[in-house]
Amino acid sequence: MSTVPSTIGPNLSGRRVPPLGGFNLTALKLEIRRLTRNRRTIIIAIVLPVVLFVAFGLNKKYTAEPAGHGNISAFVMISVALYGAVLSTTFGGAMVSLERAQGWSRQLRLTPLSPVAYIAMKILTALVLGGCSVAAVFIVGDISHKPSMSVGLWIASGVSVWIGSLLFAAFGLFLGYLLPAENVMQLIGLILAALSFMGGLFIPVSQFAQGVQDVAKWTPLYGLNELVHTPLLGNGVDWTWPVNVIAWLIIFTGGAALRMRRDTGRV
Amino acid sequence: MPLPGVIGQTRAMTITSAASGARGTSGTTPLAVDLTALHKNFGHVHAVNGVDLQIASGEIVAILGPNGAGKTSTIDIVLGLSQPTSGTVSVYGMHPRHAISRGLVSAVMQTGGLLKDLTVRETVEYTASLFSHSQPVPEVLSSAGITEIADRRVGKCSGGEQQRLRFALALLCDPELLILDEPTSGMDVEGRRTFWSAIRKDAEQGRTVLFATHYLEEADAYADRIVLLRHGLIVADGTAAEIKSMASGRTVRVTLPGASEAMLTGIPGADSVEIRGDTVLVHATDSDAVARYLLTQTIAKDMEITAQGIEEAFLALTGDSAPGTATTGAI
Repeated sequence: MSTVPSTIGPNLSGRRVPPLGGFNLTALKLEIRRLTRNRRTIIIAIVLPVVLFVAFGLNKKYTAEPAGHGNISAFVMISVALYGAVLSTTFGGAMVSLERAQGWSRQLRLTPLSPVAYIAMKILTALVLGGCSVAAVFIVGDISHKPSMSVGLWIASGVSVWIGSLLFAAFGLFLGYLLPAENVMQLIGLILAALSFMGGLFIPVSQFAQGVQDVAKWTPLYGLNELVHTPLLGNGVDWTWPVNVIAWLIIFTGGAALRMRRDTGRV
Repeated sequence: MPLPGVIGQTRAMTITSAASGARGTSGTTPLAVDLTALHKNFGHVHAVNGVDLQIASGEIVAILGPNGAGKTSTIDIVLGLSQPTSGTVSVYGMHPRHAISRGLVSAVMQTGGLLKDLTVRETVEYTASLFSHSQPVPEVLSSAGITEIADRRVGKCSGGEQQRLRFALALLCDPELLILDEPTSGMDVEGRRTFWSAIRKDAEQGRTVLFATHYLEEADAYADRIVLLRHGLIVADGTAAEIKSMASGRTVRVTLPGASEAMLTGIPGADSVEIRGDTVLVHATDSDAVARYLLTQTIAKDMEITAQGIEEAFLALTGDSAPGTATTGAI
């Protein structure tokens, strides 16, 4: 084991705490590999948003109509990429629920891995999957030649969708610590469908009845959806959008941290 | 709760045992485990009720007790998985969490703790990556006997294979202290024997081992020292031989129609009395005195006298009829 001649007592001084709380690329690589192994995850993260884009983003009737600095097809592409990224990151975060159920989180507590490093790995893994969703939709969009906007806008929109989906990695973690494993994935599908509708991803919020609009503006996907379309539409930022995003980020991370701390008992 | 004589003896034995267990190490070597006045409450349930336990480096200690005796609660505290309600815990002179971060302590848990969608090798690689130093993965796979199944998904492995994987994970960091919580539950006899011979072989290199079990034979066969736990308290602590002698004595069985507890509590030399219809069982250290009394002072007949094995010792010390509880018997 070591070059030190065998001493009678235990070698305590030679033992070190790993840097970064145990965070490392080998573990991260394995986390990502696990995620890609789950067929349902791949369908939801990659196939579903692409199908949605083909169904709604390529329709000849309206997609060539102008929208801000581009066209409707580009607008739909951004919405669908956001939907996919949000599903991906929420699923990625909520995987902690399965890990708790299988006792893996408990096993990890018998290693030097710190809770912060664990969460950081979960979030990064979720972001990788979210990035795949955005990339898949944008690549199909590019191949179809229907979405029209400048290269700068492609990049700005893609990156803002991707970074924005971080909010939902926190949401996934929160749900993962809150809900039992058996039905967390199904519940997430339903919750995100409702939030996406209220956030205006499928139909613009402005087309809702006034009462529904008032409620919709408080939901967690509303601010993010408006923000990620800002580069394309070039219509400026309403102060309520970033406030919406930041407020929900605080709620989700706070909730996740609180639940995580309570999760110290046997699972 | 009053402290009966057995516990008095226990305390004395603890000290002897800790001192003899030091095995010539210098006085500056911190204890592997040091628990003082440890309490753990879950609401109104007192899972651990004042445990003092010192384990020196190199000892192989079994925590033996029936379900609900506080074994797992105690182990969870040693591993830093839960916080004691009161009392202190230190592992190699430091907080359990710090000992774990340095790879000084690891554990094989009862069940679960594995991801079904990783392969055996990936699970080992993942865990190895978390430590600042760890044994080479192929070496650990081979010494745990899981090289052939390294590419199999964990979910497709049998219970025994999963347990070998857990064992491999625990040895990755080459811990000074290895903790096993009911490690062989659900294993067949053969699996159990193989598992223990691996542990035994491993411990020869000087590793300290602390394991919880409710199998007497395991504690008897594999531990240098047995700590008996009941209702969150240590009721006995010593070598297997010492434990046996503590609860030694014999059982005197007679047919005694119309026996009543009042009539029998005063029997000289009796530790406890059990009445089953016309049959009376008297557990005694001085069975001769009991026999003499029963045959001369009562109408008892059909006398049988049997010696106690470790099984009876265990039951006598941990069962609810054991000395120290208010049910039957007195000491």
